[in-house]
Amino acid sequence: MNKVLLIIKREYLSRVKKKSFILMTIFGPVLMAGIMIVPIWMAMQKTEKQKIEVIDESFLFRDLIPEKDIVHFDYPPVEIEDARAGFYDTDYDAILYIPKNVLNGGQEGINLFYKKQLSNSVQQHIQSSISKMLYEVMLAKNKVDLNVIKDAKDKATFTLTTIQIDEAGNDKETNTAINVGIGFACAIVIYLLIFLYGAQVMRGVMEEKTSRIVEVILSSVKPFQLMMGKIIGVALVGLTQFILWVILTTSIYSVAAATVLKGMDMKQVQQKEQVIKIGADLDVQAMGKIENNAAIDLWSKFQQVNMLEIFICFMLYFLAGYLLYSALFAAIGSAVDSEAETNQFMLPITIPLVFSFAIAQIVTQDPNGSIAFWFSMIPLTSPVVMMVRLPFGVPMWEVLLSMSLLVIGFIFTTWLAAKIYRTGILMYGKKVSWKELGKWLFYKG
Amino acid sequence: MQHILSAHNIVKRYANHLLGPNGAGKTSLIRIINQITGPDSGNVLFEGQKLSPKHVENIGYLPEERGLYKKMEVGEQALYLAQLKGMPYAEAKRKLKIWFEKFEMDAWWNKKVEELSKGMQQKVQFIVTVLHEPKLLILDEPFSGFDPINANLIKNEILKLKSQGSTILFSTHNMGSVEELCDNIALINKSKKILDGSVKDIRKQYKSNTYEFEFTGNMMSFTNSLWTFGKLGEHKLDGENGKAQVSLTPGSTANQLLESVLKVVEIHSFKEIIPSMNDIFISKVNAEHPLGTQSNFTE
Repeated sequence: MNKVLLIIKREYLSRVKKKSFILMTIFGPVLMAGIMIVPIWMAMQKTEKQKIEVIDESFLFRDLIPEKDIVHFDYPPVEIEDARAGFYDTDYDAILYIPKNVLNGGQEGINLFYKKQLSNSVQQHIQSSISKMLYEVMLAKNKVDLNVIKDAKDKATFTLTTIQIDEAGNDKETNTAINVGIGFACAIVIYLLIFLYGAQVMRGVMEEKTSRIVEVILSSVKPFQLMMGKIIGVALVGLTQFILWVILTTSIYSVAAATVLKGMDMKQVQQKEQVIKIGADLDVQAMGKIENNAAIDLWSKFQQVNMLEIFICFMLYFLAGYLLYSALFAAIGSAVDSEAETNQFMLPITIPLVFSFAIAQIVTQDPNGSIAFWFSMIPLTSPVVMMVRLPFGVPMWEVLLSMSLLVIGFIFTTWLAAKIYRTGILMYGKKVSWKELGKWLFYKG
Repeated sequence: MQHILSAHNIVKRYANHLLGPNGAGKTSLIRIINQITGPDSGNVLFEGQKLSPKHVENIGYLPEERGLYKKMEVGEQALYLAQLKGMPYAEAKRKLKIWFEKFEMDAWWNKKVEELSKGMQQKVQFIVTVLHEPKLLILDEPFSGFDPINANLIKNEILKLKSQGSTILFSTHNMGSVEELCDNIALINKSKKILDGSVKDIRKQYKSNTYEFEFTGNMMSFTNSLWTFGKLGEHKLDGENGKAQVSLTPGSTANQLLESVLKVVEIHSFKEIIPSMNDIFISKVNAEHPLGTQSNFTE
């Protein structure tokens, strides 16, 4: 046992001391934090106010299109032809053209001419405000009371709140989108980590085999001890790296977020606060209410998901899944003489992992269906599929059963891998086939 | 495998030599002794006990195909391998320092293995093999990869270990390199032992009672002088200088032969032709396959 510890220590230290490990550990979080911060920063960059020349032949919209901090409208008395001809002499960013017959089915003739592509939000703003105004004008023309419609709409609009009643009888509001998001994120991370560290085990085994040190080591320890020492050593490397990533990412993120927020216009912050206050007010339009409350709701629902449970399960599924696959990776590494030869054996390992993502799509549609159930029990697919299911709430006994099956699966693959490893590691210059691998399984000794 | 294992005794405190053509099973046997692989049948006794994992610490093994972790530092790696053999850290470090000084390689301690030359790596490997002062030292083609100076250095160290009480098992298919080091040999072919015993005895057993003369004089009178003591074999005459092989007839002695010849020619040298282990090896392996085609042994 002491010797396995020695091996684990060497495998761990030799990897942690590598420059590539240190670089990966530092730049991983910078990258991750960047991915999180850049969109926020981008969103906060004030876009230049766009000046738009409105040529309204219907005379319905003069001075009426609502202004916004990103867009300003002018209504000069020019013809469309002249405006187009002189477009580049003016400092207008776009010409909005509304034809005369816009109320009689000519709404498709509304055009926006531009020099440089306008931002999506400007286009959205123009389209929705004109559409809304047309709608109101049409109703007024037909003598329909606008307030009646608004009232009716108001009273007919709702979001379906889904509430799970857990075994203890407590209510739990959930949000499918958040559940899917969390589940998929965990599944992808597990998938990547299994591959990342599994491949490290494989390369480590190949290094020992090709450098021929393996025979020296095997005169001191059993092949199984060497294999397990390597697998556990790399697992510890993985955990170290993952924990460092989590710590670094959160600290970089919070520091960066704080500095970015500081640079934010105080007015903007106040505005936002106001919007939230108004959002809480009952007199406000139905649309606004839903929009603003959604943000608050989302957060509360995010908190409803049991993050601690998911984190613990994540670590366990990552570890057990890694152990299951890395044993197979070790077996492959022992069977081949060069990296190029690994491909033919990699495929059968990759397939179940990729397949579990296909299954994950179905799982999000029906998280407790029979497909979801069975594939979260099969050890090869359970680390990914169960992580996708977890945020939706999975009965404890299913998690425990799946976990036990995964552990049994891991013991089985390790046993299987050990048999291949024992023979393969001392086999040189032989192109190994599947048949050959099968034979090795039945060698005695 | 059991044929060798049951019959071949590695003589304690001696240098033993395991000999055989390629594919004879030398490495397989050594791997079994090292417990890297298990025997199909039979078992190995180490000092009378059935071989078990605890014996690992008493065996030092230098494989034919050897290597080290390329990216690891020399000292660190040597310490690691020594600890795997069961040596405590402090003792391993102390002894390594002594060896490194002896081989004048202190400066390599913090270097990565890949920065060393092939020969330097071999030295490190040798030290690691003998560091824990094993009772049984197994050396598979130990001199491959060494220049003559370093080969000699290693040879001396092996002899020193032998005199300190280590039992040594060589494995080669090239007898010449270790002939002088060995007391005992076992020849195996097709995983069967076909010959074993002490080097002296085997040579005696295989000598053909043939002598070689170098002389100045008349070949005719030389031949006549042989009498009934010997029979002329290969011979050639270069002017006055002759060279001839004579096989002794049964019942005669070398002295009688020499006495008779002395009278007619001037003798420069007279020596018994003793078959080298190589010759014995080849004749023995070929005898196993009368056609001589199956043996892939080459000198």
